[in-house]
Amino acid sequence: MLFRDLSFRVEVGRVLSVEGANGAGKTSLLRMIAGFLAPAEGTVALQTNGAVVTDGEERGKQIGWLGHHDAVKPQMSVRETLQFYGALYGGGGPIEPALDAAGLARLADLPGQYLSAGQKKRVSLARLLVCGRPLWLMDEPLASLDTAGKKIAAGLVEAHCAAGGIAVVATHEALGIDCERLVL
Amino acid sequence: MTALILRDVRLAARAGGSAMLALAFFAAVATLVPLGVGADLRLLARIAGGVLWVAAMLAALLALDRLFQADFEDGSLDIIALAPLSLEKTSFAKITAHWLTTGLPLTILSPLLAVLFGLPVQAIGALFISLLIGTPAVSAIGAIGAGLTLSIRRGGLILPLIVLPLLSPAVIFGAGTVLSALDGLRNGALPLLTAFSFAACVLSPFATAAAVRLNLGS
Repeated sequence: MLFRDLSFRVEVGRVLSVEGANGAGKTSLLRMIAGFLAPAEGTVALQTNGAVVTDGEERGKQIGWLGHHDAVKPQMSVRETLQFYGALYGGGGPIEPALDAAGLARLADLPGQYLSAGQKKRVSLARLLVCGRPLWLMDEPLASLDTAGKKIAAGLVEAHCAAGGIAVVATHEALGIDCERLVL
Repeated sequence: MTALILRDVRLAARAGGSAMLALAFFAAVATLVPLGVGADLRLLARIAGGVLWVAAMLAALLALDRLFQADFEDGSLDIIALAPLSLEKTSFAKITAHWLTTGLPLTILSPLLAVLFGLPVQAIGALFISLLIGTPAVSAIGAIGAGLTLSIRRGGLILPLIVLPLLSPAVIFGAGTVLSALDGLRNGALPLLTAFSFAACVLSPFATAAAVRLNLGS
């Protein structure tokens, strides 16, 4: 059992920073919210358009995921990667503004195999914009990023929440923006 | 769904490994068997259907362990699973892409290799048709194994043990189709192969999705 009696609520427009030691269950909590894992007891509910969604797969349709791994294929360029996810998620955000926002415009046509770990993380951030989901679940979004990249990540989270989104961020590093904290 | 099929086909074409490996394996087996059996063309023609079917099936299995594993390892599968596409449709797209990059090229190559076995034209036609109809079943049933072994280290070694027994009807009916053309008899193998392949393609996405769902939660 990773955690017991855990209860929290995140309002629209807010960022929740999930903190804790290694193995405390931060990633498991995010995977539970995403619907990949079912809680042994209790519920995870998402209120959207007046309806409360408790089904894991239905909840997943509101979620933008940034995990430990970057989901960047070595054989696909940055632009192709974003175009693929845009098409898969249907009706997501446009590609070019997402590339600009993540500081990837110059690297747009570079295959994934030539990207550094930090650049791949930026692709993940751009993918969140392209997928256009209201709830962002981010697992260590600042890992591998340089100072400029961390500013971009924090700025994107802030802008997303200001536009009515929600972000739940599992992190060891402070995001540097106004957020609520949950310590596991 | 089209986006996922196109991406997988594009990745297979760019990586170049799996499809080319499957074709090379198929060609190598089909070339070695006549060398081993000898120049008895009657015997070669009799065994051609079975040998080419088994070779094609094993060749198609070579790339199957990576069907979901590559996406699982690099985190793509999590993001694909959260897309509006259901996991059943995702599985169907993956099966289609695997068939387009493996089963279809093997089918197209088969008439050329059938010549090595001295198969007459009508039997070559039957082999081509049987592989065209039957190889989707190989991809479909193989996908179930790929889903089940997704999070198992070196799952590729276990995959054939799970999948091969389930594919025996395809080999029996596929080889039977070639033999019926060779003997000029109607043995009902082709309709049975069609029914088997259809059932596999319809049911597999559900079983595959269940297996993938299980592994995403692990």
